[in-house]
Amino acid sequence: MIKFLLKGILRDRSRSLLPIIVVSLGVFLTIVMSAWMKGIFTDMINMNANFTTGHVKVMTRAYAENVNQMPLDLALLDIDELIQNLENDYPNMDWVPRINFGGLLDVPDENGETRAQGPAAGKAIDFFHNPEEVERMNILKSLVKGNIPQKPGEAIISYEFAKKFGVKLGEKVTLFGSTMNGSMLFKTFTVCGTIRFGMTMLDRGAILVDISDAQLALDMENGSTEILGYLNDGIYDKEKVDAIADSFNSKYSKANDEFSPQMHKLEEQSGLGDYLRMADNMIGMMITFFVIAMSIVLWNTGLLGGLRRYTEYGVRLALGEEKGHIYKTMIYEAILIGIIGSIIGTILGLGMAYYLQEVGLDFSEMTRTVSMMLPTVYRATIFPKLFYIGFIPGLIAMVSGNALAGFAIYKRKTAKLFKELEV
Amino acid sequence: MEKIKYIAILLMITSAAYAQNANQILEKVDKNMSSKNRIVESEMIIHGKRNSRTITSLSYSVGDKKSFTEYLSPARERGTKMLKLENKLWIYSPSTDRIIQISGHMLRQSLMGSDLSYEDMMDDRKLTEVYTATVIGQESIDGRKCYILELKAKVVDIAYHTRKMWIDTERYIPLKEDLFAKSGKLLKQTTFSNVKKVQGRWFPTAMVYKDMLKQGDGTEFIVTGIRFNQEIQEYIFTKAVLKQ
Repeated sequence: MIKFLLKGILRDRSRSLLPIIVVSLGVFLTIVMSAWMKGIFTDMINMNANFTTGHVKVMTRAYAENVNQMPLDLALLDIDELIQNLENDYPNMDWVPRINFGGLLDVPDENGETRAQGPAAGKAIDFFHNPEEVERMNILKSLVKGNIPQKPGEAIISYEFAKKFGVKLGEKVTLFGSTMNGSMLFKTFTVCGTIRFGMTMLDRGAILVDISDAQLALDMENGSTEILGYLNDGIYDKEKVDAIADSFNSKYSKANDEFSPQMHKLEEQSGLGDYLRMADNMIGMMITFFVIAMSIVLWNTGLLGGLRRYTEYGVRLALGEEKGHIYKTMIYEAILIGIIGSIIGTILGLGMAYYLQEVGLDFSEMTRTVSMMLPTVYRATIFPKLFYIGFIPGLIAMVSGNALAGFAIYKRKTAKLFKELEV
Repeated sequence: MEKIKYIAILLMITSAAYAQNANQILEKVDKNMSSKNRIVESEMIIHGKRNSRTITSLSYSVGDKKSFTEYLSPARERGTKMLKLENKLWIYSPSTDRIIQISGHMLRQSLMGSDLSYEDMMDDRKLTEVYTATVIGQESIDGRKCYILELKAKVVDIAYHTRKMWIDTERYIPLKEDLFAKSGKLLKQTTFSNVKKVQGRWFPTAMVYKDMLKQGDGTEFIVTGIRFNQEIQEYIFTKAVLKQ
């Protein structure tokens, strides 16, 4: 019967063309919008992962409890051994130590006394041995002047700070604060570059130094505030990360030792879990919206088709075909049209999503003054769900639209058929 | 009606007497704790989460306007100097040969990881100058009878809006103190002990400060030597001394 119906659909295009176009269009939009939204959310999450959270982050249990205060005295120690263990146990990840610190950035005058000063939010990364870290934080592209630290004692400072206090490349600035032991921190750096990430929260008083310099200045020999882990393919995979975090915590983290390391997944930090769930909810809402909207359109299309095929159904009833059988063939037809439309829409949608994934749309001009951590080029992301997600609105809308329209068949009275058909 | 009038008048007289009494108590405390000038040798034992450190220092101060402190040990802090003139504070670091002026919110930061802030170290004003006191009760601490005084700030530029002090009724020195923010939140707690008579006045030589917003077991401040009203050379309170 399916072969028979398929022939009917292909030969009588007036019966199938419009529904196939409507279904294809709906499926196309569902796929492109889903890929687009997933892409934007993924980019934002990647940005947070690269700057602050990693795909996973290892901290001491005590540090994790007070992470907003950046308590250096609760930092990780013996990190060489810990990183070695992490590399042995989880070789499919890149493990990088970082130090976050705060303090006061002081600019001296010719007598070595304070000329200007402002609060500093410091970050120490491995500039000298890990070029991936520089790339991950997009430092080269964000440099306004100068270059990254090449030797100990060099620092990149915020472009805004340098501009406000007239600090030039090659000049000295002193970082004042507290070390890990609570001693006074005085460390003078030579400014080798100025940076602007384009995000207020990162640009305000930022200072970037090599991790070896920070360890020395902060009395943190072989220590760091955190060790970030990134999956080698660079894509956050919840299942992989869940398995790694569970295994690490059961092996190394001890509830009775506040200085034992504890691994935190990306979604457990900075409310990113809510963000991921919001992305999934929005995709779900969008599909529901398309199903409802397309059902209404296809219901009307089905009604028009029903009217157009009024005589045909009448003849089939007059010939003794069961009402239920006619209704059933109509639903089968709708399923076939839904499948054809969904396949066409999925192919076109995936093509467009691939284009947006590779090329993206550049919104840098529009986001120039935005202070949130946002990407400038918005790209789509193709993910496995996209290969079948379009069939949900495509099939449900087509079948439900025709099912509603098909009720008219049951209202036909056999006794009046010949009169209706003017036989 | 007459009765109510009498009770009200009686209450007013009693509270006025109590208030006067409280301010007199505070004056006596100031007499013990404040001086024209002083030279203090001290040890500060900071109990952190991971370890404890002892820092020794020598301080000179004149009234509440000038003070100079030189840190003597450990090696990491040796040679670090702090100079306070009026409401300005400079710190000298020998490792960088820099003099940094501390101001604004940085004054509220911890001093060398202790439970004391720079602001705590700087504010040496007499209690009677900045607070109005009320006696709110009596209690014993370690077998010594104490007045409990509630102090409310009468100036704006003050770190702690309210203080609750337990004052020894015989020696007029504080044995315990709770420091509160304007919101009523308890910020710090201090206990005073090892009270000695120095140059005719009582003075506590061991103090334990606890920052209630910070983890750790607090900071012990032990006075190993104190001399009041000495001849202190004026040049000590100049920025030139910092680099010497």
